[in-house]
Amino acid sequence: MVTASWYLILAAGLFTIGAVGLLVRRNPLIMFMCVELMLNAVNLTFITFGRELNDIGGQVSVFFVLVVAAAEVVVGLAIVVAINRRRPQATADDLSALRG
Amino acid sequence: METAVFIVCAAIVLAGALGVVLARNPVHAALSLVGTLFGMAVLFLNLEAHFLAAVQIIVYAGAIVVLFLFVIGLAVAFLVTSDVGLPAEAVLRLDITDQYSNLRQIAAVLFTDYVYAFEATAALLTISVVGAVVMSRRVARADQAQQAAEDD
Repeated sequence: MVTASWYLILAAGLFTIGAVGLLVRRNPLIMFMCVELMLNAVNLTFITFGRELNDIGGQVSVFFVLVVAAAEVVVGLAIVVAINRRRPQATADDLSALRG
Repeated sequence: METAVFIVCAAIVLAGALGVVLARNPVHAALSLVGTLFGMAVLFLNLEAHFLAAVQIIVYAGAIVVLFLFVIGLAVAFLVTSDVGLPAEAVLRLDITDQYSNLRQIAAVLFTDYVYAFEATAALLTISVVGAVVMSRRVARADQAQQAAEDD
């Protein structure tokens, strides 16, 4: 029998992989994919707790997370395209124009 | 059965996630992400979230990852042929005539308690699409030359 803690441990592992990838990789596209991994980990915890507590609200929250993730990817990739047009092959370390 | 499905899918999810982080080529990372998302969709089915499993495949694998692949194709400037299909109907059990189906349960909450948030997501998506179009639009050539001069 799979208990809720198995799903939560898997989600924690997935979130850790995503967070480490976000910190380690310097390619903006891969950093976005790591953000998607973390969002997915959170979605898994939402659905797991939603089933444990017998509350449909967990699934509704995941629906909103999906919408926000889609909007985030659309805007983020537009920024990547715009940056790439000006400075091809830029990594995240090169993009320091907004420093204070 | 649930245990077996969980173990297989957890392995797929973690392997895909490691593939995203470790892949040198961004295309390989995007395809590993598809693996993770499909594994996650099966876990959602395991947790009886049928609607979200379908949305996961359609929105993530069908739209977001394809968008990633298009941008990689534009940015890295080599051709990516992607043929990510939508095998959603193979796994779907969304019987809308069943009053207690997952889809009806979500709709009953989404269109009552969360209806203002739902309307707000429509505005959010519209704004993000308009923003994406504005940002990725080519600026006029004289303007571009001036900005390039400023950069140097």
